[in-house]
Amino acid sequence: MNCRCLATLGAMALAVGVAAGLMAPQPIAGQAQSAQPKAAAATPAKPWTGKTPDGVPDLQGYWTNNSYTPLTRPQNVTKEFFTPEELAADNKRRAAQQAEQTEPGTTADVHYDFTQFGLDRSQTRLTDNLRTSMIIDPPNGQLPARVGAAAAAPGGGGGARGGGARGGGGAAAAPGAAGGARGAAAGAGGGARGGGAAAAAPAAAGGGARGGGGGNQYDSVQNIPIGSRCIWTNSAAPIMMPPGYNPAYQISQGPGVVMILIENQHEVRIIPTDNRPHAPSAVKPWLGDSTGHWEGNTLVVETVNYNPRTLTGNFAGTSDQLKVTERFTRTSEDSFTYRFTVEDPKTWVQPWTGEMPFVKINGPIFEHACHEGNYGIANTLQAVRNEEKKAAEAAKAAQPK
Amino acid sequence: MRSRLWTIPLIVATACTVMLVEVVLHGQARGAAQTAPAYRAPRTADGKPNLSGIWQSMNEANWNIEPHSADFPRILAMGAADAMPPGAGIVDGGTIPYLPAALTKRKENYDKRATREGDPEIRCYLPGVPRAMYQNMPFQIIQGTDYIMMAFQYAGALRTIYMKPTPGPADSWMGWSNGKWEGETLVIDTKDFNGLAWFDRVGNFASDKLHVVERITASSPDHLDYEATIEDPQTFSRPWKISFPLYRRKEANARLLEFKCVEFSEEVIYGHLRKVPLN
Repeated sequence: MNCRCLATLGAMALAVGVAAGLMAPQPIAGQAQSAQPKAAAATPAKPWTGKTPDGVPDLQGYWTNNSYTPLTRPQNVTKEFFTPEELAADNKRRAAQQAEQTEPGTTADVHYDFTQFGLDRSQTRLTDNLRTSMIIDPPNGQLPARVGAAAAAPGGGGGARGGGARGGGGAAAAPGAAGGARGAAAGAGGGARGGGAAAAAPAAAGGGARGGGGGNQYDSVQNIPIGSRCIWTNSAAPIMMPPGYNPAYQISQGPGVVMILIENQHEVRIIPTDNRPHAPSAVKPWLGDSTGHWEGNTLVVETVNYNPRTLTGNFAGTSDQLKVTERFTRTSEDSFTYRFTVEDPKTWVQPWTGEMPFVKINGPIFEHACHEGNYGIANTLQAVRNEEKKAAEAAKAAQPK
Repeated sequence: MRSRLWTIPLIVATACTVMLVEVVLHGQARGAAQTAPAYRAPRTADGKPNLSGIWQSMNEANWNIEPHSADFPRILAMGAADAMPPGAGIVDGGTIPYLPAALTKRKENYDKRATREGDPEIRCYLPGVPRAMYQNMPFQIIQGTDYIMMAFQYAGALRTIYMKPTPGPADSWMGWSNGKWEGETLVIDTKDFNGLAWFDRVGNFASDKLHVVERITASSPDHLDYEATIEDPQTFSRPWKISFPLYRRKEANARLLEFKCVEFSEEVIYGHLRKVPLN
């Protein structure tokens, strides 16, 4: 029962989560020196050799990637790794930032209390990633320049920090083309599969059943970001970013296949490892189309053909040449390293690579029936309709007779 | 006359022998069915029958699990394309043994089946068990040692079968499943349902007291025999059974594709709350 409540609250809370993720990082005393810690968590002395009965590396179990590590390095940080003390201080500061959202009288407080519902990240096991950014290449920890963009554009397209922009609609610094073009494609009745609510100007308020019309976020369910509608979470695709809450994963392996259950919004990734080709490129799943293979101790997963509507935040405006290569390398009983390389020659001047650890947590994972329990959407839309009705009546009453 | 008299005992004796042989053979066959079926599935690396793969039912149970004639579409505008195909049903004996009050509720379900409060499938809600197993979309078995996953194309539904029995923490749509091997057969015991799922599009249902015991046995490289005993003292007067075969998807590069149906259901669920109604 609790979980269903959380699901509902969670869906409603995504907007708040975005706010948390985007908060500008504060400088940390003493972090400017680039003292490289010798224990870079990613390279253990002895390789893990656990195998499944099929003889492939065993990645099975319950895992989390929960952390405050941002995708791109904050501008006031110059080194690649924190010391453990600096990390502890950074985690504490970010936890405090999250808690601040629930000050009585703030907007966030109306939604829910982070601490009370266990939704702030510090209440789940953190991975203790000493890296100051997930991005390890380019070495400056920033996204590479966009193709055709003005040279120095630090920070890339907004939305990057602390888990990335979730909601889609308009968060990214519009490489206008993508969202807009898709939005304009199909004329009346919607058709816009693009995320950007602001993109397709002439459509009727609220859009069609396929969404994408103009107007206010609360004109229709189709104008609400896909995360809040339980359609997609950035903890599943295009790369598995730490979600703000329920950051739990379960990996299962069977003959010729790896399955990843993402608790947040109940996403299931099925990765065949039996050398079969991708599905036809006309098939565009929300989570993209993945195939995998084993390279030594590493599961290598290549994903292409994403549904364009998944591609929000830093991925907004990417092309059909987007390819993500993930590498899962078990490093110990307690952890594996998750490395991802993102390529799209039409979008970035070079590929970029990031890395984060996953660590073990206790199972089992319970059913996150997000959509089924999403009372928040109906309640929000109803409330806005009520307000509009009240305003219309007030306006009518105020009219001179 | 004499010779005829002589033949009678012979005929009787022969008949008895035939009957005896028949009884013995038949008895053997029956015994065999219980202990060692004719087909032995290939083994996984840990020695269990390998049920991995992409499977799908081929019947009309998702429309109505009881035997039924063809019928009108739920939405008349859909014409023959949404008309109900006829089906012989998957219920042993043909009729679900509802208690009287439950039969009334089934009728209510039927009447509202095509509305926002009707069939959960219309709203893209999780299908529950056993419906997920015959929903006319493929599902994939990912067979590990400690847990066996069943991933369903419809709504991205998932079942975790715990092979080390684990108590269910709370009620859910898909229930909580513990599994064990009985020779060639995977036996799955599922309960802790939330009672909100339907069995089909005509409103057959159970309460949150539903208890399903499934038996899945490979009968050839490309077939699984599926059988489930369904029990719910709040809804049915006695336990009853369903059974049907599952077929392997044989296409080259068969894959479980994605049917995330949330957005297809949103206009039905939230359309009345639009600022500007769809015309």
